[in-house]
Amino acid sequence: MSTNEEPWQARYLLTAGPWRALAYVITTCPFAALTGMAVGTLILPWLVAVLRLHDGRMLEGPLLFLMVTALALFAGLGPLVAIPLAAVERGRLALVDRRPVRSGHRAAEPNPVSWLRLRYTEAATWREVLYAVILGLVVPVVYGVYALLALIDVACVVSPLFAATGTDSWQFGVFTVNSTAEAIPLSIFGLLFVPVLAHLLGLISAGQAATARALLGDRDGAALREVAQSRARLADAFEAERRRIERDLHDGAQHRLTSLTLQIGMARLDVPEDSPAAAPLARAHDEAKELMVVLRDLIHGIRPQSLADLGLPAALRELGGRSPLPVTVTVADGMTRPAPHVEGCAYFVASEALANVVRHSGANRADLLLAQTAGMLVLEVRDDGHGGADPAGGTGLTGLADRVAAVGGRVLLASPEGGPTLIRAELPCRS
Amino acid sequence: MPQLTRVVLAEDGVLLREGLTGVLSRFGFEVVAAVGDGPALLAAAAEHRPDLVITDIRMPPGNTDEGLRAAVTLRRERPGLAVVVLSQYVQEEYAGALLDTGDGLRVGYLLKDRVVDVQDFVAALRTVLGGGTVVDPEVVRRLLRRTRDPLAALSAREREVLALVAEGHSNSAIAARLFVTEAAVGKHVGSILAKLDLPPAEDTNRRVLAVLAYLRG
Repeated sequence: MSTNEEPWQARYLLTAGPWRALAYVITTCPFAALTGMAVGTLILPWLVAVLRLHDGRMLEGPLLFLMVTALALFAGLGPLVAIPLAAVERGRLALVDRRPVRSGHRAAEPNPVSWLRLRYTEAATWREVLYAVILGLVVPVVYGVYALLALIDVACVVSPLFAATGTDSWQFGVFTVNSTAEAIPLSIFGLLFVPVLAHLLGLISAGQAATARALLGDRDGAALREVAQSRARLADAFEAERRRIERDLHDGAQHRLTSLTLQIGMARLDVPEDSPAAAPLARAHDEAKELMVVLRDLIHGIRPQSLADLGLPAALRELGGRSPLPVTVTVADGMTRPAPHVEGCAYFVASEALANVVRHSGANRADLLLAQTAGMLVLEVRDDGHGGADPAGGTGLTGLADRVAAVGGRVLLASPEGGPTLIRAELPCRS
Repeated sequence: MPQLTRVVLAEDGVLLREGLTGVLSRFGFEVVAAVGDGPALLAAAAEHRPDLVITDIRMPPGNTDEGLRAAVTLRRERPGLAVVVLSQYVQEEYAGALLDTGDGLRVGYLLKDRVVDVQDFVAALRTVLGGGTVVDPEVVRRLLRRTRDPLAALSAREREVLALVAEGHSNSAIAARLFVTEAAVGKHVGSILAKLDLPPAEDTNRRVLAVLAYLRG
């Protein structure tokens, strides 16, 4: 919605705003009327009870029975009416508010029993019931007052006509109209009041829309939660795919290459040293051996087998052993093994952080610390380099933070100019 | 004619299993069983009572460390059994688990890459069969690169000697490799043992074990 369509804007009347508000209010009427009747019927026994108590009279059995029945009907059937009503109301909201509004309901199983159980225990459902009550009780009163104002205004505008036809005198408070001439100022006032009424209509519809948005929208962030879950699912799928590729390479290419290299090694035994084939065969053997190293490093880069086989501490020690810098790996006592995706993520953080240390920090050594506290896996990578690491400077640190965020964790970085640099990743171990 | 060395081979890759069988047969080993998973290895070893077991670490059914666990089990049942495990990658903890069985003698831990150098591989097997210990040079290199203050005290030459010692070479073999006299090697070893605060001992394998135990610390 463009800003000048708001009812408190000066140019409001020149926009589609008033017409939208009118459409919204008119289409509200049937819903408000039906809901009002239903809610009104159900609160009638309670109203009577309040009046009786006010008069100092006792409540009788039949009235008490009606009160309880009304309450039971309200609690039992209210949600069944409020949920579809809320769906309609969210749709109708588009008449005055183009921002999408999402249901706060969680996704339910198609099975009716679990659907009912979920819906009756959700806060979103009871907010919708509250909205229905407001729609049934407050909206008719507001609309009624507005209708009265509109009727008076119409009467003012047409008052000269009535005066001309010789109808009796008009009494507007202290102001009495007896003739057409006297009615003209009234008519002018009526005409001037029309824009005010239009703005008022806009305010009423805006207020109603704001209430609907607040009560019918997704205030618990169910949508955000689902986004987070889908991100976690994506990260899991990615992890599974890495495992599959790693296994395929290991079981296929790596085996065959080892076998091929072995065959060449065997062939070399049968070729005399002075044979013309000896030198090319030796070269082929060497190249095959180098290729084995390349392939092994490649597979290791995809997902280290030691991570799956021996767990995170051993994989981190191995990682430290492979680093060109001296790396001390410290693992706290009493670690329980986290879920594979958390392990994979922690390993990724350690591996990326160490690679950064080697590439950028100018450090002479690094320390890797792994600990577990209160359902949190904590990994710290510390170096004695010159510091100044900046997430804005490259994709490395942000990629790391993204990867950690996907499993619901966070990354903290301390890297003052002059060093040292500390990266701390906190990963939830329990979901 | 001398009795052939009876070997049980466990490797889940069919091509490599056949290739290894070929190598072993050619060098006078008798492959009495070639199997593809951990349980089959245990069964074959129980049935054939081989002189030597060669096994891949990562094998079915779990594709983790079935082969290593089978090897450790076999060593526990028959402490003198020669066992060589092949690993796809360097993992010091695997080497440690294996060396901790029995007295650490007659075991080998080799990277799979090593089998393609056929003669070196067979030499390693013979060392193990002869009562020696063979640890892959890559593992030793990795261990030596760990910075520990006692190791920092070693000279470059002493580190070189220590690496060869850890791989299970005798003083004369080391002397041949480094083109120095055996006496010089003996002096280096004495100096290393002194710097590492290890009591001097004559047995080559004891030295390996002592060094590895120290490095595993």
